[in-house]
Amino acid sequence: MPVLVFVEQNEGKFKKSAYEAVSFGFALGKSIHEPLIVLSIGKVDLEVLKSFGEYGAEKVYTIDSESLKTFVNQAYASIIAHVAEKINASVVIMSNSFSAKGMAPRVAVKLKAALGEAIVSLPEIKDKDFIVKRGVFSGKAFVFEKLETPVKVLTLSPNSFGLFSNKVEVAIEEISPELPASDYGTMVREIIRNTDKISLPDAERVVSAGRGLKGPENWKMIEDLAEVLGAATACSKPVSDAGWRPHSEHVGQTGIAVSPNLYIAIGISGAIQHLAGVSSSKVIVVINKDPEAPFFKVADYGIVGDAFDIVPRLIEAAKAIKG
Amino acid sequence: MKFLVCISNVPDTTTKITFSDNFTQFNPNGVQFILNPYDELSIARAMELAEGGKASITILHVGEASSEPTIRKALALGADDAVRINAFPKNAHFVAHQIAEYIKENPYDILFFGRESIDYNGAQVCSMVGELLNLPSISIVKKLDLQDNKAILEREIEGGKEILEVQLPFVLSSTEGIAEPKIPNMRGIMSARTKPLIVREPSPVKETESLISFESPKPRGQVQLVKSEDAEQLMQLLHSEAKVI
Repeated sequence: MPVLVFVEQNEGKFKKSAYEAVSFGFALGKSIHEPLIVLSIGKVDLEVLKSFGEYGAEKVYTIDSESLKTFVNQAYASIIAHVAEKINASVVIMSNSFSAKGMAPRVAVKLKAALGEAIVSLPEIKDKDFIVKRGVFSGKAFVFEKLETPVKVLTLSPNSFGLFSNKVEVAIEEISPELPASDYGTMVREIIRNTDKISLPDAERVVSAGRGLKGPENWKMIEDLAEVLGAATACSKPVSDAGWRPHSEHVGQTGIAVSPNLYIAIGISGAIQHLAGVSSSKVIVVINKDPEAPFFKVADYGIVGDAFDIVPRLIEAAKAIKG
Repeated sequence: MKFLVCISNVPDTTTKITFSDNFTQFNPNGVQFILNPYDELSIARAMELAEGGKASITILHVGEASSEPTIRKALALGADDAVRINAFPKNAHFVAHQIAEYIKENPYDILFFGRESIDYNGAQVCSMVGELLNLPSISIVKKLDLQDNKAILEREIEGGKEILEVQLPFVLSSTEGIAEPKIPNMRGIMSARTKPLIVREPSPVKETESLISFESPKPRGQVQLVKSEDAEQLMQLLHSEAKVI
């Protein structure tokens, strides 16, 4: 009973999170002595699909259809469930993207499977037990849950596993399952992308700023620091509530929870709601002029000082390192 | 039109989370429970769309009697009536099945959810209900407008947004941007006390998962402070020590 990983393409390309899900699927498959099979939906070049062989995929199923070029929730869910049944998959995995959040539960219902959502590590598999770990209370705690159905659906929290290459011989097979018309209940009118920016939820590095910046006109230096570090920009809740930055940048308990390798917080005091959204970050850097700011208690590195003095110097120092 | 808004009763965002019974139970002692903030946004948008008697709004909650203050708050915000399914909401699978069973007997034009509850953060119930009822579901919606029998929605995607069209009936989950949360006024609070609240018993559901235990995040080590005059050193540390840039 193989492991199936669904990889989400964007205009024919895959993000690191797709390869991470495949690396994870390979490791999971290896632990239960089962092969790894990958499924891609939408138009993708053969050479790109073959790249999953670098991460352990023995087979890649692909569906090239005009009507499935972009994400269609119900149709994608039907195809994933169809392929899972066809290959008799025991575990279905995908990266926990915005689209996956809305789709994985549908796949789970179709397969009568338990769903482990946004898991942060490989499951513990002992005898018949299958235990997953995920964040709860918006990052304030973790929970271990036992999934008790024969088939399991898992979504993987981005940046929680990493990439591991395992080169194998890969076969590509094109399939074209039939779908009912009711699977096309939603119609995409338009997709608007900020192509010049790194997306926040799966970013490896994040530069975030708060009210300490005093006003939206001062964000240029935050964007500059993010650019030189290859980081996404983020903000605290008061900042997005005040309309200084879009809601999509709000990190915290009622915003986005992030798990980057590096989170730099500038002029953010560190309210419990904000800390909840960043607690899975690997390295936290805090820059604040108040030495008593609660954020310092959860930081790995810190500078007590004025952001307007420090940030421009950090930009220059980062440029020097990047050469 | 008929709108249904499904709500959760969750610990206040400022709550310090603790566990009891050897980390197998969430400890609710001294915890203030509130209406899930994303569900509040759903109610606010449903109210705006219903304005002028264009739709009725029913609140649905799966939970025990202790969550009635939260249901009354939802009614105070302007919903017309409420239904409580009398069961502990042990997981998303259980809650989604209870909601779907109720809707099979009582259809609505739009089913609103929050993008996730801020306690278990599953973000599962909305799409599970959509699948159980074979209805379209759109998750993490930051804009919703109605045009006759169809809706135009904007949903969040990585690094951008997607604009979609869907025919009624459908299911959605709300996030920031869809509406501004409202504060109930005195008239709302007074009238909420007498609005109908029906209690239903749960339907049997086959279990698919069980909770083993909780874990608190590991405390981080002591912060390493860099003097502000040596700020440049920080980048060197991130590069050669932490190896993150």
